[in-house]
Amino acid sequence: MSTTPEPRPNIYALTWRLPIIFWQLVFFVGPVLFMVAMSFFLVKNYRMTEAFEFVNWGRMLTRGFFWDSYWYTVFIATVSTVCAMCIAFPAAFALAFRASESTRRWAIFLLIIPFFTSYLVRTFSWFVILSESGVVNAILGYVGLGPYTMLNTNFGTLVGYMTLTLPLVVILQTVTMANIDKNLIEAARNLGCSPLRTIWQVIIPLAKTGLIIAAIFCFILSFGDFVAPFYLGGSQEPTLPILILDTTKSGQQWPRAAVVAIMMMLTLFAIAFTGIALAYRKGKGAK
Amino acid sequence: MKQSRSLNFALALYVALIFVFVFAPIVFSMIFSFNSQRFPTIPLGEFTTEWYAKILADPDVWEAALNSLIVSCSTAVIATFLGFSTAYSDFRYGFRFKGPYLALILLPPTIPLIIMALAMLAWFSKIGMSGQLYSIIIAHSVLTAPFAMAVIRLRLNQMDPDLEAAAWNLGGSEWQTMRHVIVPFCKPAIFSSLFLTAAVSFDEFAVSWFVSGLNKTLPVVVLEIVQGNIDPQVNAIGTFVFLISMTLVVLAQLFFASRQMKSTQS
Repeated sequence: MSTTPEPRPNIYALTWRLPIIFWQLVFFVGPVLFMVAMSFFLVKNYRMTEAFEFVNWGRMLTRGFFWDSYWYTVFIATVSTVCAMCIAFPAAFALAFRASESTRRWAIFLLIIPFFTSYLVRTFSWFVILSESGVVNAILGYVGLGPYTMLNTNFGTLVGYMTLTLPLVVILQTVTMANIDKNLIEAARNLGCSPLRTIWQVIIPLAKTGLIIAAIFCFILSFGDFVAPFYLGGSQEPTLPILILDTTKSGQQWPRAAVVAIMMMLTLFAIAFTGIALAYRKGKGAK
Repeated sequence: MKQSRSLNFALALYVALIFVFVFAPIVFSMIFSFNSQRFPTIPLGEFTTEWYAKILADPDVWEAALNSLIVSCSTAVIATFLGFSTAYSDFRYGFRFKGPYLALILLPPTIPLIIMALAMLAWFSKIGMSGQLYSIIIAHSVLTAPFAMAVIRLRLNQMDPDLEAAAWNLGGSEWQTMRHVIVPFCKPAIFSSLFLTAAVSFDEFAVSWFVSGLNKTLPVVVLEIVQGNIDPQVNAIGTFVFLISMTLVVLAQLFFASRQMKSTQS
């Protein structure tokens, strides 16, 4: 990194520095701040009037349905994160330590593709695969099992979340573990560490930062997704994103939706900060 | 490390299962797009191109496809420019408030799309820019610029900072150096970024749905069909959408990879 200290930026420097400042202030910071302001506005006869009242906050935060939805969303996103981390781990372990360099590259190459392809269509496809007369039940039927109800359950929601998060989590875990110094693992094995103990006491601590970051990303993605709980989970218990959707699309209650959105952001900030603090803590203390 | 063969085999099988899970929806969507039965079940019905014929005959789908094309191309250009200028500023200069400056571009993807969608819908309504195609383009460029920044910044990492100074010593102005040294050096990353941001924009539906008004993009049309009922047309549109975004991502990765190879050779 070359960082030349400069007392006064010239036109050339400003040409490269200013566009993003201008663009993001108007189209990123502006919207977010306006949403915060909007949470204090009033809605009368389906028209929003600018005000500074705590009506929406009071209305949302004193209702049972908001908190039910809040804790359900935290719960299901946590379950999703735990599942994704556990499901991904053996695969990432294999790709990081057992696969050849080129196999690992190919695997990551392939896993990047679904991350950038229509999540919506993939969810619809799961809807069809998991339905009562769908592919999974048809296959289970041949061995005399089922049919099982998988849609409109938490299981359905989780399958959707995994579709969204698993490729990313596998990639992040693989890259983190592949960067571990193999000699340290060799040393642990030579000193008589069992394989499981090596994973638990050598690999996981060394990969801690990357693993926590993968978990944070997984939580953020699950927490904010409305497609999986809506189409695969049946939204009998609405998650917060579905609450935002309902509040916005019906009845023009944008300010109340803003309250929900701000609560979501505060939760994510808290989790991200805690996670990052954990990830970078006692870097020197670790053996 | 000596490990039992059966364990290695089990691990390989496990990785394969993960890939089956990840690619099953894509594969089944493609299979069912040629399946004659209205409700997709196993055993499959007959081979048909009925659903493709249907979507090709639908003027709404054509309009949405055109909108998607305009949006993703424009987004790619704007986001890549924003990403390039930020990556270059970060590479070249040290200045006060650099942390907040970088946070400006890097933060949007960490905020759930539904929240960005609501915030942008409200803000665009407020400043009188809602419901237009350019509203989607602006929103998407905010969301995709960090991808562009990351890709181009990685490329700049591989550049010798003295290269720029050498060009100045040879009498080139800063602008000439930018044009003849830095931009050519970043070219693969710029292309990679164009394809990647276009792919993200092409698939984004939440923000588009909120801010688009009557100008629907392809994913918004899919969203609306899916809300109605099980409709195999979605599989046909989906297959088409998959092919486009996969092509874009593969192209992006090829440029990325070619760059890595060149740099390891030199």
